[in-house]
Amino acid sequence: MGRLLSIVERGGPRADEVAKLAHPHVGQAHVIGITGPPGAGKSTLVGKLVAEAENAGKRPAVLAVDPSSPLTGGAILGDRVRIDANNLEAFVRSVATRGHSGGLALSVPGSVRVFDAAGFDPVIVETVGVGQVEVDVTATADTTVVVANPGTGDAVQANKAGLLEVADLFVVNKSDHPGATDVRRDLELMLDLSHVSGAEEIAGGRAPIVMTNSLDGDGIGELWTEIADHHQRLIDSDRLVGRRAHRLQTEVRSRLLTALEQATDALIADRFDATQQTIGESAAPSELSEKLLAELLSPAPPQTEGAAEPGA
Amino acid sequence: MVEDAAETPLRIVLAKIGFDGHDRGLRVVARILRDAGCEVIYLGLRQTTDNIVAVAEQEDADAIGLSMHNAGHMTLAPKMVEALRAADMDIPVVVGGIIPDDDIEPLRQAGVAAILGPGASAEEVGRTVRDVVNARA
Repeated sequence: MGRLLSIVERGGPRADEVAKLAHPHVGQAHVIGITGPPGAGKSTLVGKLVAEAENAGKRPAVLAVDPSSPLTGGAILGDRVRIDANNLEAFVRSVATRGHSGGLALSVPGSVRVFDAAGFDPVIVETVGVGQVEVDVTATADTTVVVANPGTGDAVQANKAGLLEVADLFVVNKSDHPGATDVRRDLELMLDLSHVSGAEEIAGGRAPIVMTNSLDGDGIGELWTEIADHHQRLIDSDRLVGRRAHRLQTEVRSRLLTALEQATDALIADRFDATQQTIGESAAPSELSEKLLAELLSPAPPQTEGAAEPGA
Repeated sequence: MVEDAAETPLRIVLAKIGFDGHDRGLRVVARILRDAGCEVIYLGLRQTTDNIVAVAEQEDADAIGLSMHNAGHMTLAPKMVEALRAADMDIPVVVGGIIPDDDIEPLRQAGVAAILGPGASAEEVGRTVRDVVNARA
């Protein structure tokens, strides 16, 4: 299993082969995304959730993502320090982003697929510590949990677009800290406005807010119940099917974008100078890109051999 | 120091076993390996050999680094090697920390792939890890 995940993480033809074999067997696992800013307590919370799942007789798996260095490609994957503290049986895989932004690694959908096909349920995906816009996890998870912290801003912050919009569930962690109830109030106000603006209807309901203390476990039982309820509501309302269709589409889109990006890089390496000479020194960026785009989209696209790293 | 893009980063599990609270050195090594382009799976303090075996399997580790500062190395390092063998896992174990010269050869005999002392440079740490992984492959 560990090696299989390495193949998926490496990408390329072998990863595609794994994806093809696994795909017919997926769809059983409830995929739970845990996201939020660095230091919010995501890993500790994941450890506690896994313990809840194990107590409920389930067989959970975790994908814990941490950032790779943009300079050296190295990474310190430290989520296990918190997750393992709970003496779990679960399968935990630490994942480095390997150059991908958006909060996850490109390989995460493929790794979720492998866990799902192997009978793990739920599959919990913990993102890197995110800011405001890294919402990749929503394209992977059935249920997205956004973890907030005391002291992270006021009601205006809570009303900004981005991460907070995509939550199916909010957790205000470190509930023993001063300011935790303020965060809850700001989130409630934000959700009130979602109700007014109609965003709530599109989302399919008001996201519940759960106060937790992931150190002593306070509120974890309630969170587990809310996560299970959300899953049930998705199933009952047929939204799960829609979400998963959307997920498939998103993954295909991301693969196409990766291929296009590689083709673009190859084209620029091959043809940039020649194109510039053809048009002349004074060629504007728009002229150059127009000309190159025509080549990129021509019936015989340039080869991108060997560089494939799709998100399977 | 920049990795060849086509090369998959090495995955190294770093841990301290048993009652040994000195993790400063382990953090330094984690940082050195990160900057050498490795993916470090950091376990930190108070690990057991059984747990490290389970982690190495789940994480598909290329090597295991143990930091030892409490004179337990003659017991714990061979126990780590044995636990991996028992699990049929061919993963090199590197020991770092305070290891007396007289203990180096016995540790090697016990199957420890490499020993790094306090004077080891960042370059030496990175190279040693790479070498022991390549020696296995």
